[in-house]
Amino acid sequence: MSLGTQLINVLAAIMLLIAFAMLSQRRILSLIELFAWQGLVLSLSTFIVAYTTGQTHLYFSGILTVALKVIALPWILYRLLNRLNIRWDVETLLNIPTTMLIGIALVIFAFNLAQPISQLANTVTRATLGIAMACVLLSFLMMITRRKAVPVVIGFLAMENGLFFAATSATYGMPMVVELGIALDVLVGAFIFGIFFFHIRETFDSLEVRHMEKLKED
Amino acid sequence: MEILLMLGVPLAGGALLAIFGNRQWAPELGATASLVTFLAAVAVTTRVISDGPIMAFSGQFFIDPFNVVLVTLTTFVAFTTSLFSRPYMRIEADRGKVTAGALRLYYAMFQVFTFTMLLALTTNNMGILWVAMEAATLSTVLLVSLYRTPAAIEAAWKYFILCSVGIAQALFGTILLYFAAEKVLGSGGTALLWTDLNHVKAQLEPTVMSLAFVFLLVGYGTKVGLVPVHNWLPDAHAEGPTPISAVLSGLLLNVALYAVVRCKVLTDGALQSPFAGNLMMGFGLLSVVVAAFLLSRQRDIKRMFAYSSIEHMGIMTFAFGMGGAVATFGGLLHMTVHSLTKSAIFFTVGHAAQKSGTQVMDDIRGLIKTNPTIGWGLMLGAIAILGVPPFGVFASEFIILTTAMREHSWATPFLLVGLGVAFAAIFGKVQPMVFGETPLPRLLHPPALIPVFVHLALVFMLGIFIPPYLAAWYRQAAALIGT
Repeated sequence: MSLGTQLINVLAAIMLLIAFAMLSQRRILSLIELFAWQGLVLSLSTFIVAYTTGQTHLYFSGILTVALKVIALPWILYRLLNRLNIRWDVETLLNIPTTMLIGIALVIFAFNLAQPISQLANTVTRATLGIAMACVLLSFLMMITRRKAVPVVIGFLAMENGLFFAATSATYGMPMVVELGIALDVLVGAFIFGIFFFHIRETFDSLEVRHMEKLKED
Repeated sequence: MEILLMLGVPLAGGALLAIFGNRQWAPELGATASLVTFLAAVAVTTRVISDGPIMAFSGQFFIDPFNVVLVTLTTFVAFTTSLFSRPYMRIEADRGKVTAGALRLYYAMFQVFTFTMLLALTTNNMGILWVAMEAATLSTVLLVSLYRTPAAIEAAWKYFILCSVGIAQALFGTILLYFAAEKVLGSGGTALLWTDLNHVKAQLEPTVMSLAFVFLLVGYGTKVGLVPVHNWLPDAHAEGPTPISAVLSGLLLNVALYAVVRCKVLTDGALQSPFAGNLMMGFGLLSVVVAAFLLSRQRDIKRMFAYSSIEHMGIMTFAFGMGGAVATFGGLLHMTVHSLTKSAIFFTVGHAAQKSGTQVMDDIRGLIKTNPTIGWGLMLGAIAILGVPPFGVFASEFIILTTAMREHSWATPFLLVGLGVAFAAIFGKVQPMVFGETPLPRLLHPPALIPVFVHLALVFMLGIFIPPYLAAWYRQAAALIGT
């Protein structure tokens, strides 16, 4: 196994670790930091893939990741926390051990699901496809278990990270025009989420998701 | 060239309205932009009639018999909806339900939404299709929460989260599709072009394609409103402004289904088995039955018609799932007539709710006494959507049902039960709203009902006579996608 492949595998493992850390992190500020770290790891692995395989367009998508997921989105989220005065908010999470156990089960499931595809792939990064899928599923789990609006959104953005990682590990990244489009959508989405936080707070006086579970069938 | 105009006008209109959207003449500007878009679409259509399918910008955009129908339909309904929004939004503003800023947002985002749908329809790139679908969610989410009531905020939040998660699944599906395509077409820009994929679909890796299709179906299916991922749809329809309900039901759901069908064609080619079709038939039938029963329990008029949309999307998904030239023809016809009828219904429902000051059906009474046009519009719209001959919905449902009887007879009882329950529920609820007594006065602004009767007239016409070129397109499209 070449050095590049080993490095990519290490970074993939760190991605997975961060995904678990996010699942159990209660402080919203630390959650944003974790999200930024995940973005950084993602961009590093993209750069390494670009270097070892000579796929130049991956440098651009790496730079895009740094700009968007390490700088822009954490900065927007951080500003929002300040504006909403919830910087020091701590969430009460029930049953962290159970959530972690479910998380482990999801990872096993993801590895099994990814196996047949990894075998077909001829990229140097194919072993990481399972990890990418696991990150997606873990972020999804995080979205379900969280009670406040901001962590739900961070979960959504982390899911995007996992998908992006899947794209680099299975195929060396999507065509550039598509990647730019996705980045634009994520950025606009983050802005809209920001506007939305204010609307939610204005209407319900808090950012808890449970206020928004009233519309049901009679 | 016409394609560029068709895509550029709504984008430019959106930018202009973002600045001038709170002026007195903003609704007229919006309607003009929509009219120009429609005319550009007509120009595209006439070119397709004379020259056949078009490719543009080195294959990045394309118009074939399948999407040309939807492009014309989308721009047409967007235009009539912009006509309907003029009096509707004026009444809402007079009543203080929306602020000037909200109006600006509304008119600008309406244009952007039209743009995203046209982009999704005309793009040849499956990745851009995804981007456009996500952009369509983003452009409408703030419109659903336009009234800023707790219920509206909740509906928009649900819409945003559910559709974003759903569409993330579709992104994973697209990645897998690219993964399969790259092996055959090589990496780079052309490996996601639908026309290129369609040529080599038989060589795509079957295991990867079947997994990709599952993700794509769940992802885009969330936007189609298929049960069990439909939860956002009734809320978003009930709580947003009515013109938005009309375009969501009439257009967005169609565009999402269009994306599913494009993916199905590729998967069918790769798998050489009815796997994709069976999945679609299952989801479609489930949607028809569940929606029909939920529909009969609704008290809110817009929620009821939202469930009716889920039911009809289920019928179309089932029809495309069956495949074959006849069922696909029926599915396409059903797409067309459903979107015309459902948007017409939402137009009248919007005015009926404004007139009565409520969306609760028990409190809406005697529409025909004070505003006969609203009453007749609602009655005829309901009759049309329930599939009473000679309206076009009858023709398409008849085609789909008879094909189902011949090819998948086990499914017919489910379809018939769904249609029967929906008929009883909607007819029973619409009748007292239209007839009956009311003390309420007429509406202040004259309601915009020309679009309603134009739509219903078209649906009526499609029920008894389909113009030859339209039938030819449907047949070509059916041959293209319904192998």
